[in-house]
Amino acid sequence: MSGVLSLRQVSKVYGSGPTAVHALHPVDLDVDAGELVAVMGPSGSGKSTLLTVAGSLEEPSGGEVVVCGAPLSTLSSDARARLRRRSIGFVFQDLNLLAGLSAVENVALPLELDGVAARTARVAALRALDELGLTDRADHYPDDLSGGERQRVAIARAVVGDRRLLLADEPTGALDAANGEAVMRLLRAACRGGIAGVVVTHDAQLASWADRVVFIRDGRVVDETAPTTGPDTLLAPDGAA
Amino acid sequence: MSIRHALLALLTEAPKYGLQLRQEFEARTGEVWPLNVGQVYTTLQRLEREGHVESDDGGRDGAQRRYRITAAGASELDGWLRTPPVAGPPPRDELVIKVQVAMRMPTVDVHEILQVHRRRIVEEMQRYTHLKADAAPEDVGLGLVVDAELFRLEAVVRWLDAADNRLRRRPAPPPPSGGVARPPDVADRRVPDRPAEARR
Repeated sequence: MSGVLSLRQVSKVYGSGPTAVHALHPVDLDVDAGELVAVMGPSGSGKSTLLTVAGSLEEPSGGEVVVCGAPLSTLSSDARARLRRRSIGFVFQDLNLLAGLSAVENVALPLELDGVAARTARVAALRALDELGLTDRADHYPDDLSGGERQRVAIARAVVGDRRLLLADEPTGALDAANGEAVMRLLRAACRGGIAGVVVTHDAQLASWADRVVFIRDGRVVDETAPTTGPDTLLAPDGAA
Repeated sequence: MSIRHALLALLTEAPKYGLQLRQEFEARTGEVWPLNVGQVYTTLQRLEREGHVESDDGGRDGAQRRYRITAAGASELDGWLRTPPVAGPPPRDELVIKVQVAMRMPTVDVHEILQVHRRRIVEEMQRYTHLKADAAPEDVGLGLVVDAELFRLEAVVRWLDAADNRLRRRPAPPPPSGGVARPPDVADRRVPDRPAEARR
């Protein structure tokens, strides 16, 4: 596996002087292609800041973020925006789907913004929607979709094209258990297909879908899970389950 | 888990042999609750003595006997399905006791103890979730078992999170007034006139 995201001593401070807020103390994190990592912590622990810095939506106060081998500090603003459009997909709890565009138009939008011809972008968007079981909803507008369907559209938009890194912030927050599980299955499948994924959450059930769980508290990474052993450990004769 | 009632439930479908009952029990609980053959035959013998099942050939040994549920067995099963699980007093929770002990030890960081348990439980949840993720969609039995365990473990993590917050908000203990240090809370809570059954 190869590294897609690397955070090296990345810190983030809001404000300055005595009122400065240290949202992230120097943090290291590496995520490989095909790997799903959960960053778990309570509200205000810095996990969402970590995600926005990793996705180049905010600049770090210190350290270096490397995405697909490119140190972000060496890129121009335009080059960073291009990297975001082409290589990074975002899934947020409040979706950010455009109400005036249909599902397929929402999914095709990042490709079109990147200069892909409208027809080609639509074909790619339809393929992404088809993989998420939304073919028959492609021409519906967000207001006509259920919460679970809207979240799947957001995932389709995040993985369409040649995305290498998927960043999700509480992606199942507003969904019931069944739809939440469906969303996590899709994110896991996207990662099994070669994308590197980072999910930030306070929810242990959601985090447990990840290959690795990193615990964050007060802007610091404090712990992480060991590599998961096979499910055979659950089938011990003593009925460990 | 009531093996006797699970076996009765399987026998409502059709008469079955002991080995067949064992295989079907394990398959329908996602193979998370392994059963040995001895348990199956012991349970079937007891059910037969009680009149809840009958076998079609008393002359053969256990492996060759086929069992069917009786009307009394069906009634027993129906009653069990509708009876709420026994709601006894809550068991002593070892994790709660460990945290209670850790919070009073000046040499121990109770938040670090909480994190050790949080990590181990999340690791266990990962194993269950990955088992569910890799299972065939039609394996509903496994899904039910795994979901039950995941919700139970999630509740423990939520308690750890709540405990972490509560401990972070607690007032700092008063400075020692000299002499031998003693745990801050224990002596203060010795209330002699408190009813004995209210003490824990």
